Parts: sequence; C-alpha cells; structure tokens
Amino acid sequence: MPEQEAAEQYGTPAREVGEFLRRRRAQIAQRWADESLFRTVFTVSRDEAVESGLAVVEALAAVADGGRVQDSDAAGFDVVRERLARMGASRSRAGLSTARVSTEVDALRPPAEDLLVADLPDAPERVVRDCVTTLTVLMGTLRLVVLETVLSEGQELIERQRLQLLEVATPVIELWDGVVAVPLIGTLDSARSQVVMESLLEAIVDQRARFAILDITGVPTVDSLVAQHLMKTVAAARLMGAECVVSGIRPAIAQTIVHLGLDLGTVVTRASLADALAYALRESDTGRASAGPGGSGRP
Amino acid sequence: METSTGVGADLPIRSDTDLMWVRQHVRQAAAQLGFGLVAQTKLVTAASELARNTLVHGGGGRMESAPLGQGRARGLRLSFHDEGPGIPDPERALTDGYTSGGGLGMGLGGARRLVHEFSIDSAPGRGTTVTVVSWAAAPPRPREES
Amino acid sequence: MNDGPYPHSAGQVPVLRLGDVLLVTVQGDLYDSTAQRLQDDIGAGVAAGGVTGVVIDISGVEVVDSFLARVLAEIAAGSALLAARTVVSGMRPAVAITLVELGLTLPGLETALDTEAALALLSRGTGGTFREPR
Repeated sequence: MPEQEAAEQYGTPAREVGEFLRRRRAQIAQRWADESLFRTVFTVSRDEAVESGLAVVEALAAVADGGRVQDSDAAGFDVVRERLARMGASRSRAGLSTARVSTEVDALRPPAEDLLVADLPDAPERVVRDCVTTLTVLMGTLRLVVLETVLSEGQELIERQRLQLLEVATPVIELWDGVVAVPLIGTLDSARSQVVMESLLEAIVDQRARFAILDITGVPTVDSLVAQHLMKTVAAARLMGAECVVSGIRPAIAQTIVHLGLDLGTVVTRASLADALAYALRESDTGRASAGPGGSGRP
Repeated sequence: METSTGVGADLPIRSDTDLMWVRQHVRQAAAQLGFGLVAQTKLVTAASELARNTLVHGGGGRMESAPLGQGRARGLRLSFHDEGPGIPDPERALTDGYTSGGGLGMGLGGARRLVHEFSIDSAPGRGTTVTVVSWAAAPPRPREES
Repeated sequence: MNDGPYPHSAGQVPVLRLGDVLLVTVQGDLYDSTAQRLQDDIGAGVAAGGVTGVVIDISGVEVVDSFLARVLAEIAAGSALLAARTVVSGMRPAVAITLVELGLTLPGLETALDTEAALALLSRGTGGTFREPR
C-alpha cells in the first residue's frame, strides 16, 4: 500500500503539528496580527502584535510536542495564559461579551489551518486529516484556556470591587482625642462585619483610642448573627485595652434583640452617637491622667 | 507553582521545640500563599492548638502541610497525625470545655472555629488524624456561575 | 521537654521591678516551658512582697493560643490571691480577634493599650471595670 508507506515517514499528528507550528511560526504570527483579537489590542504597533503572536505560536508548539493537546493544564499554556489571556481580559474589560472573546480566539484557527494544509501537499489524506484534527483540538484547548482566564479575571475584579466597597462603606473616624467611631450604614453581613471589626481595631492601635463607638443607627435590622459580630468586636477591643460602646439602637431593633432573647450582656449601649461620645468623655475624665502624647484635645 | 515552594512539608511533633517549628512553618506558608495578617494569625493559632493536642494527647506525631489551588483561590491544608490512644467520641471532643488535661478545654473546638474546613478521624486504638483547610480570601464557592 | 536550638526564642523572659510594679515584656514565640517558667518567676516576685501590680506587655507577641492564654489567666489569678493586680497590655488586633474566635475572652484579665496606659491604670487604684455614668 503506497499510502501506508507514505504515512510512515510522518510522526504522530501532534509531533507533525508541533513541527509545522515551529516551521511556519513567522507566517502564522503575521496572519494572526491581522485578526481582530490582536489588531484591536495592539493598536499602537503591528510589530508588537506579531511578536505576541510568535510567543503564542511557540507555546502551542511546545504543547503539541508534549502530546497533551487536550490538556489545558499543559505547561506550555502558562505562556499563553500570560499573553493571550491578558489580551482576552482587556477585550472583556472593553465591554465585549465572553462569547465575543471566544469568537475572536476561534478566528485564529482558520488561518493556521490553511497554512497547515498548504504545508502538507504530498501527505496522504489521512495524515492531513489527523493533523487538522489535532490542530483543531489544540486551538480548542487554547480557547478554553483564554476563557478560563477571562472568567476568573472577571471574578477577581468583582471580588476586588466588593472589598473596596466594603472599605469605603465603613470609615473609621477619630471623634475626639482617644475616641474613634464607625457609623455603620446598611446591611451587615459576615464579610462586612469582619472588615468593620478589623478596621476598628486597627484604628484603636493607630489612634491610641481608649474608646471605640459602633454606631448602628443606619443598620436596618439586627439578627443574632449581627449581634454576635458586635459582641465579638466589643470583646476583642476589650482584650486590647479599649472599651467599645454600641450606639444608635433604634426602638425596633431593641425590640428584636429582646424578642430573639439575645444577651448583649456586658456591652455598653447608648441611644445616640452623641450620648456615646458623652459617656466616653466622662469616663476618660474620671479615670485617666492623659490619653497619650497628644495630650487632651478637649476645648 | 513557584509561589508554593516551601509550603509543602512534613514536620515531626515530638517536643516543645517542634511546636515552635510548626508555628513558624505555618506562618511562613500562609504568608507565602497571600493570607492576610488576621487569617495568618488564626491559622497559626489553630495549628498550635492541634499540634499541642498531637503532642500531649497523641504522644507525638507529625504535621503535613500542602498548598491548595482552586481557580485563583489559594489555600493551605494541614494534617495532624498521631498513633496515640485515639478519641472514643470525636464529636464530644469538639464541644467547648471538653478537656483531658491542660489548656482551657478549647483545643479542638476552638481550632475548628479558626479554620474554614475541619475534619477529624479517630477511634480508640487507631490514633487520631485532624485535617484543616483555610483559604487566603473567602473560601471558593462550590458553584460558580459562568 | 526537649530544648533544641530555635532561631528566635529566649529561654527566659526577664521580670523587671519598678517600685511596686513588676514589668514583663514578652517578645516573639515562647516555648511552653518558657511561659511556665515566667509564671513561676512572677509568682515568686509577687510573693516576695511589696508588689501591687504586674504589667505584662505582649505587643511583641504574634500568637496567643489557649495554652498561653491560660498561663496569662493563671498569672492574674495567682497574683490576685496576693493582692496584686495584673494588666496585660498591647495585645495586637489579630491576636485579639483570634482569641475571641477561639472563645477566650479572658474576663478576669485587666487590659490596656500599652505599657504606659497599664501603669496609669494601676496607679488609678480602682479596678479596671468600667463604671456606669453618674
């Protein structure tokens, strides 16, 4: 069988594809540079697009050499993650849907496929077909890698924004020399309570504050979980040598606390922020000589 | 993963000094994985409780640590193993105030509150293995919408 | 107890006497045995007489587990039997949060932001419990 013989001079499809990619990397990179994915990201210089394309082709060749064209965890894809995924992410930030990014990555396949077929003019049909299939699988894996990264970048962004929002929403202010306060507004969930606790305790250290006021006037509801967080904050502040006062417990919330049978026990509470401040000032007057190097900041 | 070097380890827990090595290792590993200061402190404290448990009640043993990755989330898994007498009723051992000497009876139950995942495998005569996992940020959600 | 070499540990925590106050500054990670020895040393210092207060500064301590917490609580309880008050000062926020999560709020301990505040608290004479306003 002549075809059998001819086929024998070819290696495995993966190896053939690897060699092809390396052989034609310059042409592939040139063609990719004209595809919208590369063209729109590297608007300034086409050379940069070509250079980036080269790096991706070489990485794909390395993956093909390893024979793991289906494995998105193959070592060669690390380079791709860094390069292409960053591009994908910038496209996605520019407002493109994930599906659109996917289409753009997919558009890289036909030019490479054309070159591959042109590169194997004398090869038996079976070899060509196997090689094309392998390249298709490889490009499919590439698309998966890009999408994975785009998606997780998106999630990271959301997470980062959420944390920023939390910090913005919980400012710790120095009310008086040695007295810090957090006016809480909005719903307290577990993550937010954690941020409140940490920033309040940090402020106690930074300001050498002997009193910390948690004002919950703007908190719509207090359930047992929130109450527990408040009590933890109070307990942690006490361990550090500061006293925590909870102010702004509205009548409805006071009712809820009673209904839930919650014991705020040793927690000092006041009706308003002003009352809490008055309490703190009176306490520091009766007690201590000085609040620290700043001396007394009282008028 | 280059950032995980030195995170994996197998440390003996045979003496007072080993407890300090355990704390130091967990501190460094957690810092390397990007744990914040509070998260580091919680995990080191939990490790200290569990290692002391291994030493005092298990008659010594070892701790294995391994990095975890789930998407972009980074975590640390710690396993404490001993060949000691074992715990007849692991559930009860997790309740506060349960103690068989030393400490404030907060060892196991307290450690559980400081980590994201906690499991205990023990029976009389079989020794005890306690495995805990903590994540650098919030633990990864089991389901992710695409 | 085994005591091999360890990079940053002291075998003993020095106990300073300032007038009628014992001042202890704990730094870094402690051997369990070192913590126990500190408890003994403070006990002996208070028992020697003339001590009305003990200040333990833990601002240099990164981890307080239930063992060390128990040692601190016992130092306070032991000193109280001999009419001396114990103030723990400078606990770091991360340590405080961790202790609270552990369930250890150490109600018997008096606390202060730093050594200076601890000494002021002791010189104030009254207990560290906060009074309700008049």
